[in-house]
Amino acid sequence: MAWVNAIIQGVLTGGLYALFACGLSLMFGVMKVVNLAHGDLAVVAGYIAIGIITVTHVPALWSLLIVVPVMAVLGYALQRTLIQSALDRGVLTTLIVTLGLSMVIENGLLQFFTANTRGICAGCALVQDSFSIGSQIQVAWLLVVIFAVAVVVLLGLQYFLSMSKYGRLIRAVADDKEAAQLAGADYRHVFGIAAALALATVALGGVGYGMYSTLDPTAGTDTILLFAFAAVVIGGLGSLWGTLLGGIVLGVAQQIGAQINISDELLAGFIVFLAVLVVRPQGLTSRRAQS
Amino acid sequence: MTASVNGERLGNGTPLLVVRDLVVHHGQLRALDAISLQVFPGEVYAIIGANGAGKSTLLRTIAGLHQPTEGSVLLDGRDVTLLRPERRARQGIVMVPEGRRLFGSLSVEENLQVGATYARPGGSWTIDAVYGMFDWMRERRNQRTAQLSGGEQQAVAIGRALVANPRVLLLDELSLGLAPVVVQRIYGMLPQILATGLTVLLVEQDVSQALRVASHIHCLLEGRTTLETRPADVTAEQVEAAYFGLAGAASAGQPGEGSDSLWPG
Amino acid sequence: MSLVTEASTQPAAAFRVTRSRRNVAWTGIAALIVVVVFALAPFEVYSGTTAILVQAFIVLTLASMWNLLAGYAGLVSVGQQGFVGLGAYFVLILGLHGLSPFDALPVAAIGCGVAALPLWWLVSRLRSGYFAIATWVLAATIMLFIERFSSIGGGSGMPLPGFTGYSSTLLTAYTYWAGLAVTVLALVAIYLLLRSKLGLVLTAIRDDEVAARSSGARVGLARMLVFVVAGVGCGAAGAVLAISQLQVQPSADFSVTWTAEMAFATIIGGLGTIEGPIIGTVVYMVLQQTLASYNAWYLIILGLVAILIALFARRGLWGLVDERLNLRLFPVGYWLRTANADRRRGWRRA
Repeated sequence: MAWVNAIIQGVLTGGLYALFACGLSLMFGVMKVVNLAHGDLAVVAGYIAIGIITVTHVPALWSLLIVVPVMAVLGYALQRTLIQSALDRGVLTTLIVTLGLSMVIENGLLQFFTANTRGICAGCALVQDSFSIGSQIQVAWLLVVIFAVAVVVLLGLQYFLSMSKYGRLIRAVADDKEAAQLAGADYRHVFGIAAALALATVALGGVGYGMYSTLDPTAGTDTILLFAFAAVVIGGLGSLWGTLLGGIVLGVAQQIGAQINISDELLAGFIVFLAVLVVRPQGLTSRRAQS
Repeated sequence: MTASVNGERLGNGTPLLVVRDLVVHHGQLRALDAISLQVFPGEVYAIIGANGAGKSTLLRTIAGLHQPTEGSVLLDGRDVTLLRPERRARQGIVMVPEGRRLFGSLSVEENLQVGATYARPGGSWTIDAVYGMFDWMRERRNQRTAQLSGGEQQAVAIGRALVANPRVLLLDELSLGLAPVVVQRIYGMLPQILATGLTVLLVEQDVSQALRVASHIHCLLEGRTTLETRPADVTAEQVEAAYFGLAGAASAGQPGEGSDSLWPG
Repeated sequence: MSLVTEASTQPAAAFRVTRSRRNVAWTGIAALIVVVVFALAPFEVYSGTTAILVQAFIVLTLASMWNLLAGYAGLVSVGQQGFVGLGAYFVLILGLHGLSPFDALPVAAIGCGVAALPLWWLVSRLRSGYFAIATWVLAATIMLFIERFSSIGGGSGMPLPGFTGYSSTLLTAYTYWAGLAVTVLALVAIYLLLRSKLGLVLTAIRDDEVAARSSGARVGLARMLVFVVAGVGCGAAGAVLAISQLQVQPSADFSVTWTAEMAFATIIGGLGTIEGPIIGTVVYMVLQQTLASYNAWYLIILGLVAILIALFARRGLWGLVDERLNLRLFPVGYWLRTANADRRRGWRRA
């Protein structure tokens, strides 16, 4: 029964990982940006939420009403300034700039908030409560909610990308940004929109992570970034639902690892990640060979 | 030496598109050397020349994908030389790029929709009108363009440019990679396009094709203009001479001897 | 040894190709003097200073290796901290089996080189973005794997054995010389590597990979060799780290901050030149020492400076100098001298 509980938990945490991963997949897929600061930005969102909650005493989830738009605007701004300049100069520069951003964010947080871990809404019913299926299976409400949010977000993104004007533009620019220019689209603006979306989703992930686990300045690079990449790679770049699949595989692998040996949770996940990278880098959902 | 013709141009009045002393570099290579041309409304202006002559470079510079080192591009008297390509497209200079460059993961209709996103208001080229011109397109409008044949892709690419409601339509090497029959059919659409008030500036490898459709031709050789005239006013030999840079019509050289500008291919 | 021949002993040629403009022998002697001066440091300065210098040596070695990887082989690795940690742990493991840490150092370095081979096999087919992430995951995986074994300290690390019998001053001196030796060897090795045929291949890859491949260069082999050399270098640096800390600690030894430091030092100093990492390390140490009391600030500023340099001065600080003065301390390129030009203007860099 412990195994069933573990698998269920693994599947549900896949939702959280998908929230981290879909933004990364957007940025990687559309702009070809490997954003090494992605995890740190999730942590920033979490800290902003903590700040809002501390100052205004609103219920935790209400902070999202501010955090998500703020992060979206931040995403647009970062993309139009820093990341676009780096992109114009090449892959190496982009890696250096995002790595630099990551370092600045982490150490900035360290400097102003110390290394103490913080949780969001640690005492809330949402975070504490669980429900039972049968007599032996316990499922945390928080995980279910996060999973549901992830599904809604993915549905929303899918709808946006396939039906809306900007969604089409994003896909077009991802295919051929020069041809998009010839059709009248300013691809830098479209990139900005994609980045805004990416950071909005990562904000949800960051707050969710703050509730599910705890936040500290280095959580971005210690865990979140690699989880996000793992979900993207395992699921397959270019597929939104692939990030959910990848997240689930990662989550389940981690829980199985934890069942075998309590301290092997992370290791199991990374081993699966490495295995996919080596054997099938295009991911589980992709039909073609490595592009 | 050019055989230029003043005055008697198809559309009279002021030129719609003017290129003045354009110099373009690819790194250190001088790809275009002080090129000037004028395109009047309603014309089909063809730029011909061998590979490497600079035709596509010229078109891409007019479209804004390339910044010239010197010189200017004017649309309806307005200097657009410093405008980014997307701004130029919105002003009315729309290019159908070489190799089609469709959005492969998008459907036919989505490609057209993207083309129409920033269309100049008031044109007659709607997506529906494009479907009208290419009868097969409407049924297959939800198909991903990566699955279309070369000729079909070319049609979609032209349609995508048309729905942007251009004033000047730039066509870069339409015939590339397409069967002659298909090429004929596509060029056969030109009158329909012109009838709606567009002006066409095209680059074409196939000289005879260009001579068939153009009202004005401009021949480039190694970045320089060697001929600029109406097809009716020039002989095949003169065109050939300008194309290959042989003595008699091109730059100074001994009669009977090839000039040193003969290049391979 | 100078490769420049006097014009009077040869028939006049239109061009002359040499490895350096001036007599290299003088630069070589100067370098030797510098090394000797550094070697005498333990006798002249306090142990606090040598400790700082050891830190500098570690960063310089790491930066030089990262420069080799990214600047010459086109391999942007965000996971070299894996080798740093491996080097440290090799010293520990060898120490637990009776080897003194200083004897263990070269073995650890070679061990890391050997370990680099299967790791290369795992990541070699991946392209830039994927490659970077893969190296990071590898490093994290190695750390997690090592943390499983409590016999080597588990998650909290353990002190290095084998230091009994060393007096404090002797230990400081030996640690310092170990660091100096590693750095000098690393720089010499890189210098020789880049002057060799492999170096030619690498410079070709750096300038244009497709062209290099199509002209027959064994790009894959060259890259693998560089990866292994970088593994050895980073491992050696990690060994020195462990010795200087007298302990291993997984979270510190495998920290991605190492990658950030080596990458930033390289970028700030100048990617693709041997001199660059040296300059970058100096900047890093200056920042770290002046801001030492402000904890995380030096990393923040380091990150900001790296971003600015990457965006606005792509060839780094050395690049700015190089462009003005056409100066190379480590002659690894080629100089083209035209016959009838005057001394200063006749040289063109290849």
